[in-house]
Amino acid sequence: MAKVPVQFRLNGSDRAAFADPADSLLTVLRRGLNDFGPKYGCGQGTCGTCSVLIDGGLRLACLTLAASCEGASIETVSGMADGPNLHPLQTAFMEHFAAQCGFCTPGMLTAAKALLDRNPNPSREDVIDAIAGNICRCTGYEPIIQAILAAARTLPAQRRS
Amino acid sequence: MPLALRVVQSLSEAAGILAADSRTTLLSGGTLVMRDVNEGRLTDGTLLRVTDPAWQQIQVSGTRIELGAGATMAAILAQRELGFLHAAARAVGGPAIRNMATIGGNLFAAAPYGDFAVALLALDAQVMVLAGYGSPRAVPIEEFLAGRSRGEARLVASVQFNRPVAPGDFRFLKVSRVKPKGLSVLSIATHLPGHASRIGQARVAYGAMGPLPVRARGVERALEGKALDANGIAAARAAALEGVQPVTDAIASDWYRREVLPVHLGRLLANQS
Repeated sequence: MAKVPVQFRLNGSDRAAFADPADSLLTVLRRGLNDFGPKYGCGQGTCGTCSVLIDGGLRLACLTLAASCEGASIETVSGMADGPNLHPLQTAFMEHFAAQCGFCTPGMLTAAKALLDRNPNPSREDVIDAIAGNICRCTGYEPIIQAILAAARTLPAQRRS
Repeated sequence: MPLALRVVQSLSEAAGILAADSRTTLLSGGTLVMRDVNEGRLTDGTLLRVTDPAWQQIQVSGTRIELGAGATMAAILAQRELGFLHAAARAVGGPAIRNMATIGGNLFAAAPYGDFAVALLALDAQVMVLAGYGSPRAVPIEEFLAGRSRGEARLVASVQFNRPVAPGDFRFLKVSRVKPKGLSVLSIATHLPGHASRIGQARVAYGAMGPLPVRARGVERALEGKALDANGIAAARAAALEGVQPVTDAIASDWYRREVLPVHLGRLLANQS
């Protein structure tokens, strides 16, 4: 079967890969482009650990056909930090012990970023709804919710500076 | 032979391809088809993508509403004029799934998925179907769902229905054990024009109470001509289980679904859900 060329922007850089026609975006990211940030969890759209942003919208990379991403702008957790400087969400996750085994963390951070990008001042209910598609089996969710709310309090101040 | 991919621009061309090749699978939002690919249930044939922007259009003009089958749940939620459908759109997955899952895909989702189709069933939607090259044909949603269970290969272009006249005419409830996102124990949609005084043309539909979304005809009969008062609600509750064949799955047993259905129907009708 002939491979399909796919080109898109990944975390601000132009990237290209050859994919099998039915490859998911997650497969191309992990196997083709060595971006191991998004994880393969359930492959069903249930766990959310493969969450990425495609043209700013939250999507599940495991259920997204790679070939449909031609020309898109894709953000993964791997691009959240600015060099050695962590994104405020990442810092807040550390400070609030919002990661334990860490397998859900890429999806949680990405879902949280999708929320804060459109709603910098979310309520607790907004946060709960935003991470409703992401499963964590370690933390009981509360530290994650607190971390996202704390990051939201930090972000506007940073944006003003 | 591994899966191939074909991309076409027009809905008509896609319908022609689907009609001619039973090994071609239409890929819409990907939430059902890519899961089958990931789990090895779909390993050969052709995936078909349609890029026609008309497939994703939502038209809200006057009393008639048309939702392109490629429109997502998030697109529904972005339309203030479709507020009466927001509870049904929000019942589908989490935010990422809602950015992907489409109206057309939901019509093919097996129980306990397919909650949006339950809403469309209560709205007496017409499914605009392309069964090959040519123009779409309007198929009543109940007939469409019966055809789906027979495995008929057709392409859904859009769904059309009339906007409920008064606020509160249309109601939707999804019951799940995990909130805010969980699979359906059951879902209920009601369209009860004239509910404040005398109900006419009552439509009540259930999800997860059978292999397909089903009309609750006993409830519809019980409510016809009545007001939505204590007597009307009691009559509806008494008829709630008529004709249901609940599924047993990891979420709930058929026994449990039967036990809780009248309770949730009563709450929805009393607007207490």
